[in-house]
Amino acid sequence: MLQLEQVLISLGKRHWEFDLTLQTHGVHALLGRSGSGKSTFLNLVAGFMQPDSGDIRWQGQSLLALAPDRRPVTTLFQQKNLFNHLTVEQNIGLGIHPGLKLSKTEARSITEVLDDVGLQGFERKLPGTLSGGEQQRVALARCLLRRRPILLLDEPFSALDTVTRQEMIMLLSDVIAAYRPCVVMVTHDEEDAVAMQASILRMSDDRILPDTESRPATDD
Amino acid sequence: MARWPWWLSGAIAILLIASATLMPLLAMIREAGSIQWTEVLGNTYIQRVIRFSIVQATISTVLSLATAIPVALALSHKPGFPGRSLVVTVFSLSLVIPTIVAIFGIVAVFGRTGWFNAALSVFSFAPMGFYGLPGILIAHVFFNMPLATRILLSGLEGIPEDNWRLCRQLGMQPWSIFRHIEWHRIKARLPGLALLIFTLCFTSFAIVMTLGGGPRSTTIEVAIYQSLRFDFDIQMAVALASIQLLICLALMALSTLIRHDGTLGFHLFMPAHTPHPGHLHNDLKSRLWDGPMWNAAHWSVIVTASLFVLLPLLAMALSAFNSKTIAVLTDPSTLLASINTLLVALVAATLSVTLALGILNSTRHMRTRLGLERTGQWVQLSGNVILVLPPLVLGTGLFLLLRTVADVFSLALVLVVIINSLMALPFVLRILNDEVMNAASHDDRLLQSLGIQGWNRWRLIDWPQLRRPLSLSFALSATLAAGDLSAIALFGSERVRTLPLLLYQRMGSYRLEEAAVTAGMLLALCLLLYVVIQWLLGGRRHAAT
Repeated sequence: MLQLEQVLISLGKRHWEFDLTLQTHGVHALLGRSGSGKSTFLNLVAGFMQPDSGDIRWQGQSLLALAPDRRPVTTLFQQKNLFNHLTVEQNIGLGIHPGLKLSKTEARSITEVLDDVGLQGFERKLPGTLSGGEQQRVALARCLLRRRPILLLDEPFSALDTVTRQEMIMLLSDVIAAYRPCVVMVTHDEEDAVAMQASILRMSDDRILPDTESRPATDD
Repeated sequence: MARWPWWLSGAIAILLIASATLMPLLAMIREAGSIQWTEVLGNTYIQRVIRFSIVQATISTVLSLATAIPVALALSHKPGFPGRSLVVTVFSLSLVIPTIVAIFGIVAVFGRTGWFNAALSVFSFAPMGFYGLPGILIAHVFFNMPLATRILLSGLEGIPEDNWRLCRQLGMQPWSIFRHIEWHRIKARLPGLALLIFTLCFTSFAIVMTLGGGPRSTTIEVAIYQSLRFDFDIQMAVALASIQLLICLALMALSTLIRHDGTLGFHLFMPAHTPHPGHLHNDLKSRLWDGPMWNAAHWSVIVTASLFVLLPLLAMALSAFNSKTIAVLTDPSTLLASINTLLVALVAATLSVTLALGILNSTRHMRTRLGLERTGQWVQLSGNVILVLPPLVLGTGLFLLLRTVADVFSLALVLVVIINSLMALPFVLRILNDEVMNAASHDDRLLQSLGIQGWNRWRLIDWPQLRRPLSLSFALSATLAAGDLSAIALFGSERVRTLPLLLYQRMGSYRLEEAAVTAGMLLALCLLLYVVIQWLLGGRRHAAT
């Protein structure tokens, strides 16, 4: 379980309080207006920000002392997921080793994960030659290879056109069914949340409230 | 492997900068304590030197701006003529050509026996006086008119195409376009630009020393040099250096009050990447100033300005091939000076770029991860210390600091390297800062989440993204150091010379043919450094851009 226990954070004059528990295997969509604190929530879980007080736990263990790369978390950002001067293969390889020192098995696993996201033969391509949807798939492939139990999705479809968005939702749904991570997705669009069969949480009055009309997150 | 704390590189860089500047400054302040300041301020020589420094800088600024405005307007009104980019490139060249080399060319064209006076004599006009104020003004305009033109032109080129469409649609006349659209752009840049040119001319050393022509035309910088090297009057040198320091501080304070436009930055050295305006844009603009009168006005301004900049360079290049060429090239003193120049250039550039990277590595962390934007900027300002402590003032401090513990002149090359690395630091910081911060803001969360840091970050992320601005910074600082005369003039001797000092000495002893070859060598060395460094560090693809 991912637990945020009375987590308080202040940024300037804004204050947020997060106190909730998310199930180990489930898709949770966090909805809210721009500036409502959705990204602050993701930044806290990912370790880009430290709370003023409270604790963040995964399976009972506190995450606060861990650097972002040591947390059981991987993030698919809205954009800027890839280094434009590195090939697809290198971008994914960074998820395995930050110095790109890969064994033969690890190098082979990159080809396999590219197959999983439908990008066979893209190893040597540079991100600049890919479409927005393909770039997001490469980033997703890296998230998959990192095999972290918490997957954070920071508005992952907002920069995509309608068709690519549908394809990406289908791909993500398949991947989630296969790997069964704890997914937290930040989005403006309730339709995306419904399409992902997510339990809905709403940012309200600087705290997160469960959406009573939506399906509760289940831990099967 | 233990991770280095984020502040370590910045702390080491700032410590090195502080020891190279604060200790000499303290030595100077201690010496200044024993000066009778009422006597100093009542000294007519000092009063005359201060007055001349201000007067020549003011006239140079006014002349540079007054000539740059019509040139920038003409180039803006003629956006598509063949050779335009060549003219603009030549205008950028004056920023990297060693001052002493350009002076040689200026003398060849405007000097007493130069091309200009030869042309005047054909029409039976009296020859124009050159040495003293006229020579200083011509040289200052030679360097600053192209700089001002490029800055003003970049502002004028920033006027959106829609504005030109509107001008055509509303049938606006040229004067009305100037008053309502173009002047607005020019006016916004004038205060910052004027202050920049005034500061450059006020602290100008090589031009005044070479073309000043005597004590009546001496600036504070040159007077400091004369006090230390010829009169050995340390108290006078310290008094002058203190006055120079105070005036530079005041100029720096004034510059913080002026809202600087981003275009005043050193990005002018960067190859232009703005999309070339299309045919429609060019056609639209050209038609607004149609007619033979406007054509004649534009062409006369562009041709005159181009000749003013090109002729001295041409004169210098032509005179480099003469009967003494082989003798000078094989002369051991020329070879030794060339080796010294190369050594100073490469070591100073390495030091300057390393210091800048050390500072930026720490301030990047402060600004992106700790949210200390303002503090980070203040820390970065430490690299601009040379702007308030000009080379001759710093040199005076270093001389006072070291004279009791070592033979200062035997340390000449070390001191020249230190001063030149600090002189290039503001340029290097300015070029690298934007690129480092852009890369950081783009990639920081991703880097954190993937745990890429230290050597891995440098090797895989920073170096590939920064190698082009880094190579430009390195090339620029090496070129500036190779062409600098101020520091080596203060500490150089018959035993330790660089090419600029050798050129100055040969010009001073009227060995003009030898001087011409030396000038050609120095120019070739600077251009070679500029191109080869960018080719080696920036990669073949980058050097071509």
